[in-house]
Amino acid sequence: MKIPDVNEKYSGKMNETVLGKGDYVAGGADGMFFLSFENSSKRRVMIAGEVVDDLSDYPELAASMFDNRQKDPVEWARMWKSLGIDMICLRLKGIDPDKKGTTPAEAAELVQNIVNATQLPIIVYGCGIADVDNDVMKVVSGSMKGTKLILGKADEDEYKTISSAAIAGKHTIIAFSNLDVNLAKQMNIILTDFGVQYNDILMDPLMAPLGMGLDYSYSVNERIRLAALSNDKMLQIPMICDATGSWDVGDAVNDELDNVKGRVTWWEAMTAMAAMVSGADIIIMRNPGAADMIMSYADELRGE
Amino acid sequence: MPTAIEFFKLLPKTNCKDCGQPTCLAFAMLLSNQKAKIDDCPHVSSESKNALEASSAPPIKTVTIGKGKEIKMGGETVLYRHERRFVNPIAYAVTVSDTCKIKERINDIKRLSFERVGMTFDVDMISIRCDSGNAGTYKDAVNSAMELWDRPFILECDETILKDVIEKAAPRRPLLYCATSDNIENMTELAKRYSCPLTLKDASPEDLADLSEKAKASGVEDIVLDMSPANLKECLERQTIARRSAIKKKFKPLGYPLMDRVGSGEYAVAMAAMSTMKYGSLVIFDDLKEYEALPLFTLRQNIYTDPQVPIQVKQGLYPIGEPHEHSPIFFTTNFSLTYFTVRADIEKSKIPVWLQIVDTEGLSVLTAYSAGKFSAEHVAKVLNESGVLSKSDGVVVIPGLVARMSAKLHELLNRKVIVGTSESRDIPKFLKDLSTK
Repeated sequence: MKIPDVNEKYSGKMNETVLGKGDYVAGGADGMFFLSFENSSKRRVMIAGEVVDDLSDYPELAASMFDNRQKDPVEWARMWKSLGIDMICLRLKGIDPDKKGTTPAEAAELVQNIVNATQLPIIVYGCGIADVDNDVMKVVSGSMKGTKLILGKADEDEYKTISSAAIAGKHTIIAFSNLDVNLAKQMNIILTDFGVQYNDILMDPLMAPLGMGLDYSYSVNERIRLAALSNDKMLQIPMICDATGSWDVGDAVNDELDNVKGRVTWWEAMTAMAAMVSGADIIIMRNPGAADMIMSYADELRGE
Repeated sequence: MPTAIEFFKLLPKTNCKDCGQPTCLAFAMLLSNQKAKIDDCPHVSSESKNALEASSAPPIKTVTIGKGKEIKMGGETVLYRHERRFVNPIAYAVTVSDTCKIKERINDIKRLSFERVGMTFDVDMISIRCDSGNAGTYKDAVNSAMELWDRPFILECDETILKDVIEKAAPRRPLLYCATSDNIENMTELAKRYSCPLTLKDASPEDLADLSEKAKASGVEDIVLDMSPANLKECLERQTIARRSAIKKKFKPLGYPLMDRVGSGEYAVAMAAMSTMKYGSLVIFDDLKEYEALPLFTLRQNIYTDPQVPIQVKQGLYPIGEPHEHSPIFFTTNFSLTYFTVRADIEKSKIPVWLQIVDTEGLSVLTAYSAGKFSAEHVAKVLNESGVLSKSDGVVVIPGLVARMSAKLHELLNRKVIVGTSESRDIPKFLKDLSTK
């Protein structure tokens, strides 16, 4: 029996954002994700492996998965590369004056060393203290002209300094919003109005982890994707989702239950799967086991 | 779902107000929003009523497995969960082979049970599978399983063996697995005679639609479809095709709950996760481990929450770490995102805290305060009733966003009250500073 044609006719498609040296491109889908009957884009979801330069807040269980290479961020990034990862996500936690208090110049040197060691696109986040991050991003951006970094993150309250830094260094910038389709759009408008190139933005609508609000993120992502496909240009910007929040969920890391390592691996992998199915183009991951699973699922879903 | 106008055409159009609405059109609008039932109109003709019931039946049929303890599957009306709540959560079944020790196996499956945010997660069904190829062995296995397991189950065997067990099992309304193009006649006959729901299996959506038409023509309406995807992409694509054709194209032959038979281990769990997100109603595992089950059950809970109603946690006292008689007392609202975030940030500090959750009907801190559901009086009452004030003489910490209740709360509690942080992420630093004071 013939079954009905269920292809949707969409009027818009996702923007394509060139990352790193131009050999990585995010976005481009022209249908709902992984549906080969309506989405002609075969681009794979990309996975970024997390590296931090200060382990004081980093879970011991995660550290134990890296065979001591976590003590040297450059070695750590090399290990991610050997696992086949697409990008490195470097969190400069150490620039916090209450931690290592790394100087902006030292931070920039670390970024340079990781770029040299891996030749992969690098996402750079600060420590979360706005003034410290701003100072560091200015120096990192300036010293890395000619290498396209992905700088995180611009939010509604704090976007001017980091945006100026990104514009000056021709880097990509992450526009952060908090589980709100309208705010996600607003952030993209704010940044382009400020002078950031439309092609240099990735949006992060906040991926809440499994069991801690994943339902909100899943639907916000789907709504963003559907709006993009109905040709809302300001929502056609590729999406980056951070799955490492899974490690903050009590049930995921509860070591009183059986096999905490297996459980936290699934916790992060399912968060990443939900991100992927709802529309992520790039996913940041912490756990090498989960990242390996998601890389192979991403390959398979792409259909090649 | 028909539109208000479609409903209106079938009503008496007398505006008699007997339904409680001022006009028939007003009533029709309520009907289309599922805010009223057609039975509220005492004058509607039985032809209209039948027509309405047929057209307002969900595009995906609701199929019930089990008797007494039942599982409903299907009944879905939308493609995306932000449109309207998904109706019947996907069920998870674990296999009991007739060659294993039935009692031990079922006890192991029963042990896969978790509490999470006030809900209990259990394995929903077992699938009693004939691996012995022997009718007597299978019959014994089904008999003991039926005694030990009171929830719904699946009979997984070929039709010659099924004939011997179905009569005794039928009053429990098991799902029969499965009919294919090779045995469709015999299986539909058994399903019909014993009123049991039946699974139809074929890899091609077109052939599966043929099978379901055949089953329906022979009088079997309680159908479950197995599109036998071999991988994640097939699972996503085939199940999307079935769901879309049923909902958007009103295509009845694929308008039934979908199921997947997976094995065990990593890839099986990934398939189940995909099916949970994308339109599955049942997954049968060969085996499921505790560390796989808890994240999977949590995923189902997340996907099937009502997007229009904030998820709430129960009002109550939640000790974090091992708080003692001097530990600080935090309180916040029962909006689950608030609770999870605050809890995670307190845990990060590694400092034990008494966390009192106050029922604000799922509203967040500021909204609840503005709506009068998070007043100093209300908070004081909850703190007094929960007994936390006698468990600890520590300070009471107010969420920074409602600092203005501080004086009033101090007066009501007669206890040192300090204002905490406005942002949850600043809690670890706040607690560290507090503990060094």
